[in-house]
Amino acid sequence: MSYDAVVIGAGHNGLVAAGYLARAGLSVCVVEKNDWIGGAAVSREIYPGITYSNCSYVASLFRPEIMRDLELPRHGLQILPYEGGAVFTEDGGCLGMFRDHDANRREFARHSRRDAEAYDRYSRDVLRFCRFIRPLLLRTPPDPSRFRPRDLAEMLWLGRRLGELSERQLAETVRFWTMSIADFLDEYFEHPVIKGYLAVSAIIGTALGPMSPGSAYVLLHHYMGDVDGNIGAWGYARGGMGSITRALAASFRAAGGEIRTGHGVERILVQGGRAVGVALDNGDEIGAARVISNMDVKRTFLRHVDPDDLPGDFLRQVRNFKTRGSSGKLNIALASAPVFPALPPDAPNIRGDLHFTDSIERMERAYDDWKAGRFSADPFQDVMIPTLIDPTMAPSGQHYMSCFVQYAPPRIAGRDWTDADRDAFGETCLNQIERHSPGFRDRVLHVEVRTPRELEAEVGLTDGNIFQGELTFDQLLFNRPVPGYAQYQTPIRDLWMCGSSTHPGGGVMGAPGRNAAAEVLRAMKRPARMSEAYAVL
Amino acid sequence: MPSCDAIVIGGGVNGLACAARLAATGRRVVLFEGQGRLGGGAGETEPAPGYRAPALAHTTQGLDPRLLAGLGLDRHGLAFHPALATTALDPAGAHRTVRGGTASGPDAAAFAALHRKLSGFAQALAPFRALTPPRLAARGNDWGPLARAGLGLRRMGGAEFREFLRMILINIHDVVQDDLTDDRLRGLIAFDATLGSWLGPRSPNSLILYLNRLSMGSDPLLPKGGMAALAASLAAAARAAGAELRAGEAVARVLVEADRACGVVLADGRDWRAPLVVSAAGPRATFRDLVGPRHLDAGFFTRSGQIRARGAVATLTLALAGTPDFRGADLRSRLVIAPSSEAVERAFNPGKYGEVPEAPVMEIVLPSAHEPGHAPEGHHVLSALVQFAPHAPKAGTEAARAEMLKTTLAQLETHAPGLGSLIVAAEMLMPQDIAARFGMAGGNWHHGELAVEQMLFNRPLRDAARYATPLPGLWLAGAGSHPGGGINGAAGWNAAGQILAEAA
Repeated sequence: MSYDAVVIGAGHNGLVAAGYLARAGLSVCVVEKNDWIGGAAVSREIYPGITYSNCSYVASLFRPEIMRDLELPRHGLQILPYEGGAVFTEDGGCLGMFRDHDANRREFARHSRRDAEAYDRYSRDVLRFCRFIRPLLLRTPPDPSRFRPRDLAEMLWLGRRLGELSERQLAETVRFWTMSIADFLDEYFEHPVIKGYLAVSAIIGTALGPMSPGSAYVLLHHYMGDVDGNIGAWGYARGGMGSITRALAASFRAAGGEIRTGHGVERILVQGGRAVGVALDNGDEIGAARVISNMDVKRTFLRHVDPDDLPGDFLRQVRNFKTRGSSGKLNIALASAPVFPALPPDAPNIRGDLHFTDSIERMERAYDDWKAGRFSADPFQDVMIPTLIDPTMAPSGQHYMSCFVQYAPPRIAGRDWTDADRDAFGETCLNQIERHSPGFRDRVLHVEVRTPRELEAEVGLTDGNIFQGELTFDQLLFNRPVPGYAQYQTPIRDLWMCGSSTHPGGGVMGAPGRNAAAEVLRAMKRPARMSEAYAVL
Repeated sequence: MPSCDAIVIGGGVNGLACAARLAATGRRVVLFEGQGRLGGGAGETEPAPGYRAPALAHTTQGLDPRLLAGLGLDRHGLAFHPALATTALDPAGAHRTVRGGTASGPDAAAFAALHRKLSGFAQALAPFRALTPPRLAARGNDWGPLARAGLGLRRMGGAEFREFLRMILINIHDVVQDDLTDDRLRGLIAFDATLGSWLGPRSPNSLILYLNRLSMGSDPLLPKGGMAALAASLAAAARAAGAELRAGEAVARVLVEADRACGVVLADGRDWRAPLVVSAAGPRATFRDLVGPRHLDAGFFTRSGQIRARGAVATLTLALAGTPDFRGADLRSRLVIAPSSEAVERAFNPGKYGEVPEAPVMEIVLPSAHEPGHAPEGHHVLSALVQFAPHAPKAGTEAARAEMLKTTLAQLETHAPGLGSLIVAAEMLMPQDIAARFGMAGGNWHHGELAVEQMLFNRPLRDAARYATPLPGLWLAGAGSHPGGGINGAAGWNAAGQILAEAA
């Protein structure tokens, strides 16, 4: 049997692309190597009775336009906003964060009145930068080296958009995009804990530190989401991150799509310079008029395409595409809710994201370890306990705690991670939690420690990079993943890419999948029937 | 009350270039320099009696060609030794020699290819150095030169242009890791890219600094007679053009009347009047010390304090009673200790926390190896630019200087055993010392970091990026303006051009 399209990989972008194509009337088959679907947006029961979001752990960036187009709420998706969070300081205190802007301000004032005043200005300025960038997420980048009508038209659109900014705003925008988050925060705030808290989003998943130029852009990348219209707010997917991909799969199947799990692709079949299907690792072949890969660009071209089918220069550029993983994860099953003495009892902040890194300096030192090929001796952790809001992920009284960790290198001093390395990394993280939550270890039922090694082996993320490729300018926009091939197309006709290796990059966003589907339909001269980017508040 | 047509504050390379160009139009130009001598970062020091060494800069990548031609500097005594080769030192003696795009060793072909690629980009960017930064608006630009420079960029073939767009903001570490295999060559390029900046090789936006360096010249140049001779030739040319140069007279503040700059007040209390006041003293010093908050709008004044000027260079000057041996390296080359890109990054890390690196990286020049007159017969002066010194040392400047001197001398001893026993005198200047002695904010010789977020229309601030300032009559002409410093003079020359175009 031959399909109109076969999609390789049932991660969220693959399912989004497949969903749009199925709704456009194509016959689509998604192939997935694991027995379960979801890629890095999964809910898994590793310890009996408790659900882990064992890779990604928060929702916010998922495009509301896609949620609407693919009717995800109808297929079971519900995102619960969470309350805020806290930074626990070395001296036993804490800085609380709240959903309500004024509550935040009051809490800041407890540490620094000046910073409380600055917070309004800061929020307003960052929001303005967000507003400019957001519509770009759902647009295919132009190729500035070509003079095709579509590229000229897109550059004209970009130019008009830039023209909407005043001279002052343009200069400030360029400045912000090229700065480090540490320098940017220094222009507003004085208190190290406040700066430490606000810098967090700039380092998640990156090969950068808070003092690296370009880290302010990464912060923007993470601020661009919204929950309930609150830009930059985050939420939990009810039932774990897997509920996003389950809803996507349900929507896709409802439109006639097919998902085959348990066998990965061995080779993408190419004939006469055209992609004609895939060969699976069990020998089965699936024919298709077009192949769309949700794998990262390195995995796709270095493992599953015959090098003779590719230009030499393209292969070299793919090899040089930077995918250095920097993140690890602990998924912990708890017999009872942990207590953090620094928080007042019944404080809502425990339902948000909790951190122990109380300064930019500590964050930067953690990054220095990564550069030297070690996991951070004093890591940054983003800790959340979704079961405090979501009753569906664990039996009453028991809890799931997710700890996202920076930094963990793809290889330890040039060699592969061993189990001993992984366990030592896990111990470092648990010790840090114990310092702020005495007795924590006694509550632990189970710990799953994931390093870049596990992320690559299980999820297929090369070098464990959670974004399928680093988010620096040399790998963004018309440079992502490779200049000249930044419009979801590849050197092989009818072979497309739809994963986070493409614009606009990673995070559980869905935009790459949607944009790729738009390009596929455009090439077929079929109407896309997709929502344009919503006007920003 | 003495008066003239234009006052220039600061007698460094840019101040002198600006004063000369303005004076050549017949204007009466008076330049004030607070130090006892002219030249700014181009000067001389005497580490011990009988020894003459560079005070700060020891070479230049090249003076702006418009200066060379426009001021006839060769007629005023400027001459250079043949361009220096560079030796990337290896502690075991397996050095690599580099001249232009030619390197010794097995990585020669890769080095040549990379040099060709980057030189192509640098040449495409070079015309922008001679331009006033554009206004980000439809009106107010001189579109001719801008368009020509832009077209030069676009004239690269499709593939080269795409590669340019990919690389323009990339970090130098990834570039050398991708394209080269020899650690010494990787370290050399990583060192050259970050020299004078507050970035490590892994920092994004570091390749563009290397392109900037290449666009000024491929190899370092040593003036005949040393940096003092370079300064002297510039001063002579400025005087020949009609400018009056007054060294040893510091300006205390800019005189403002009716919201216009109308002159200066000197440190000794005297006034000098002029409708044009041009400051080459650095934007932070200009706005915060010489003008002050009263005559500037509050937002602008606040932002002037946010101009980042973290210096990370320490200078070391040694008087040596003998000839050092860097395991056979040619002492007439520029000697670089930067064994790998990772080593440069490791040297960069501690400064972020106010600490001193254990193994600093550095470039070394011995003017005494090129010509007599710098040291007694058989003796030498050694000038080193060492990175990365902490811009805000936690232990204080004194302790940091002692520590930095120790680690620097240890590095030198490793690469030139026995050098320590030749030392007659040693002087190390930390960024704080450079700031105090040369008036360079933070000790950064660009008067404000040369970093992408502070370049072009954002250099030094968005409202003062075209040499004019919000205060009518006051202009900027120093390294803190586009296109930065480095013993080049482009900023001063551009500023004069903009002044002549607008204040006609």
